[in-house]
Amino acid sequence: MSTKKLGGPCVKLGDHINSDVIIPGRYLTSIDPAELATHAFEPLGKEFQERLLKAKVVVAGKNFGCGSAREQAASCLIGAGIEAVVAESFARVFFRNAINTGLVVVQSSEAVAAIEDGDDVEVDVGSGQIHVNGRSFSFPSYPKSLTHIVEAGGLMPYVAQKLEREAAQR
Amino acid sequence: MSVTAKTFAQKALERGSGVSDLKPGMIVDVAPDVYMSHTASWRCIKTFEKLKGATILHPERIAMVMDHISPAPTAQVAGYHRLCRDFARKHGLVNFFDVNAGIAHLVLMEKGLVRPGEILIGTDSHSTIYGALGSFGTGVGFSELTAAWVTGTLWMLVPESMKINLDGRLSKGVYPKDIMLKLIGDLTADGATYYSLEFEGSLTASLSISERMTLCNLAMELGTKNAYVRPDEKTYEYLARAGVKDPARNALLPDAGAQYAKVLDIDISALEPQIACPHVVDNVKPISAVAGTKVDQVFIGSCANAKYDDLVEAADILKGKRIADSVRLLVTPGSRETMKQAADNGILSTLIDAGALITNPGCGACAGDGGAMDKGEVTISTANRNFRGRMGSYDAEIYLASPATAAASAIAGVITDPREMMR
Repeated sequence: MSTKKLGGPCVKLGDHINSDVIIPGRYLTSIDPAELATHAFEPLGKEFQERLLKAKVVVAGKNFGCGSAREQAASCLIGAGIEAVVAESFARVFFRNAINTGLVVVQSSEAVAAIEDGDDVEVDVGSGQIHVNGRSFSFPSYPKSLTHIVEAGGLMPYVAQKLEREAAQR
Repeated sequence: MSVTAKTFAQKALERGSGVSDLKPGMIVDVAPDVYMSHTASWRCIKTFEKLKGATILHPERIAMVMDHISPAPTAQVAGYHRLCRDFARKHGLVNFFDVNAGIAHLVLMEKGLVRPGEILIGTDSHSTIYGALGSFGTGVGFSELTAAWVTGTLWMLVPESMKINLDGRLSKGVYPKDIMLKLIGDLTADGATYYSLEFEGSLTASLSISERMTLCNLAMELGTKNAYVRPDEKTYEYLARAGVKDPARNALLPDAGAQYAKVLDIDISALEPQIACPHVVDNVKPISAVAGTKVDQVFIGSCANAKYDDLVEAADILKGKRIADSVRLLVTPGSRETMKQAADNGILSTLIDAGALITNPGCGACAGDGGAMDKGEVTISTANRNFRGRMGSYDAEIYLASPATAAASAIAGVITDPREMMR
């Protein structure tokens, strides 16, 4: 995963996009990313939802994912085929949930300012660069101590691998 | 001033991780003392059951509370509740609380599971409320809560700390809810993202435990990781009543001279009642800016403001009055204990006589369970979130205010300054 290039067309949103807008509480009766994806961003209307399903990247302003601790706010985006979220900043629990579900989330105010809605955005996790319209922007890499989770593709895959290793040693 | 002076967060995470000299920005594995999961427990159980060879390390640290979407409104949800019940029985969970208990946060505090200096993780963002008892409470996703069941640990970033000194006196008709709304409006919804927020000052010290809960609960709406009020005699009395033996055992106090990224000094004596307008919590105005706005529904509930004294605050205004014919008033006591105390002391009678519908304790309409609105309708709520679509239609509006403001608005049928109805 660390050398992977992700991306494609983006949808761009503003500041403080909250968890209830990303996935309304009434749909938390599911934990299936594909099913959740059909309701992602429902409060923003059908047209936006259709664009989301064609997009590969979500671009947003400050405090993306604020509000509830619902992990489905991250997993519904994975279900919708989103490969990365580029934002000026993330809310705390959303950031955790993204790391833990294997959704790539990167921060760059400069990139967000340069990206127009619908642009093709490429996120190169290996080099720590965002490429858009012939310009490149760097983003800070994940803390080193989280590498093991990110490389496993999320927290539960990491825990599963750990359990397997422990079982093999017995 | 000592160079080793530490904040509450540094001390709590050092205790939880066994690593000394933690600095903000470091990431450590900590061993939480309590893992709270609400109705989301079913998601944890399904995640757990997919893990081959996994066992529950500390069943006694698990607390499950069926508070959201309860009692079950559909067969699907009934299945989820049953999954949790069966799991609790199978694994011998001593801290399983069923649909009659109330909101997880309040239940855990009433049952003595929240103790100073200890670390609690919860599948609910408002787990910051545990700071009201000097605990380190923080919200997590369901996968990481499940991981804690299995591994006993969870990664945490050592946060920067912010200190807010609250001084002055609350004037009549003004409550901790108003303090927090004003703060959220001023600092905005990411004003304290990833911070550990310590409330200090003479006003904070003068507040009841219930009022401190409102502070720490709403701190989440600033983006905080956790909140904190230093434990004192009031805290220890509360804990003793909750059955906690030796409640000061693990208590942690920040050192004088500890490093804060921000310190705010706020005198709240001139504060007026505040209100958060649709559709974000930081869209805050003094009540005069929207007084007169018609409301269809009033909701008194949630982990922010449905504790016993919140119900008393509303009842004091509603006593001997009737709500407007155009309004429905929903009162959802925070917990069974709250409901019983309110019943024993005549508070429920006062509310019912005024025209309130009393529902079962739990999250209720705040979590979209009952109390939905049609498009174009307006609710004034004592909860902590007013996001679009949270209570029914995406084209309905939610305002957030204190129980007193909610009660006054129920009588008038329009948003009303509670001071106009106080004798």
